[in-house]
Amino acid sequence: MPLPEPPDAAVELGAHAADWRAAVRLAGEALVRSGAVSPMYTERMINVVDEFGAYIVIAPGLALAHARPGRDVKADGLAVVTLAEPVRFGHPHNDPVSVVVGLAVRGADAHVSHVAELANIFNDPAAIPALASATSADEVRRIFRKGA
Amino acid sequence: MKRIVAICGQGVGTSAILKVNAERALDRLGIRASVSASDVASVGTAAANAQVILTSPELVESIGKTNADVVVIDNYFDVGEIERKLEDALG
Repeated sequence: MPLPEPPDAAVELGAHAADWRAAVRLAGEALVRSGAVSPMYTERMINVVDEFGAYIVIAPGLALAHARPGRDVKADGLAVVTLAEPVRFGHPHNDPVSVVVGLAVRGADAHVSHVAELANIFNDPAAIPALASATSADEVRRIFRKGA
Repeated sequence: MKRIVAICGQGVGTSAILKVNAERALDRLGIRASVSASDVASVGTAAANAQVILTSPELVESIGKTNADVVVIDNYFDVGEIERKLEDALG
């Protein structure tokens, strides 16, 4: 099953977030708008960082906001939020974050294939800066399809 | 065969990315090893027979005492970084 493309409703570019919590919330709201999750999922994504720290900041400038599969996930979904002013999550090396990718999956099997695709896209170091400076949802989808 | 465990907060998502890229790094190094993904809560059993734990700098404290080498990866998408650090740990 391929990685779901983020629909227009799940892309928010040049957003303003006061802190990491607001940034993750924007990604959650984008997933809610696209119909992938109910609002409870957003709270679970925030709880993950409260509980375990900023480990979701897995590369310089990029946070992968996500939680475990659950009943609040209605469909596999991907959201992309770029921040006009990067925010600090508290990661020792990868702060500040300018791109938040929100990921929701219904089952663990889908997760494995989706993240392998994410690795294919983001192993290109140009991908994060390209997303951070994208000016349209079409451009975001093109980066996910073909790379930066 | 050597065993490597990628650990994240929930055992889905970031540890799976780390697993995929660790397998790519091992390929480049020509080292045969099995890589699994797990969460912090089950690190005790998941890493019981592992030589190496791969994880985020943010999770080292939660992992606590272990006999495995804890290898911290900063950029999960930098296969070169993973390759260098795995070579040091396994070489």
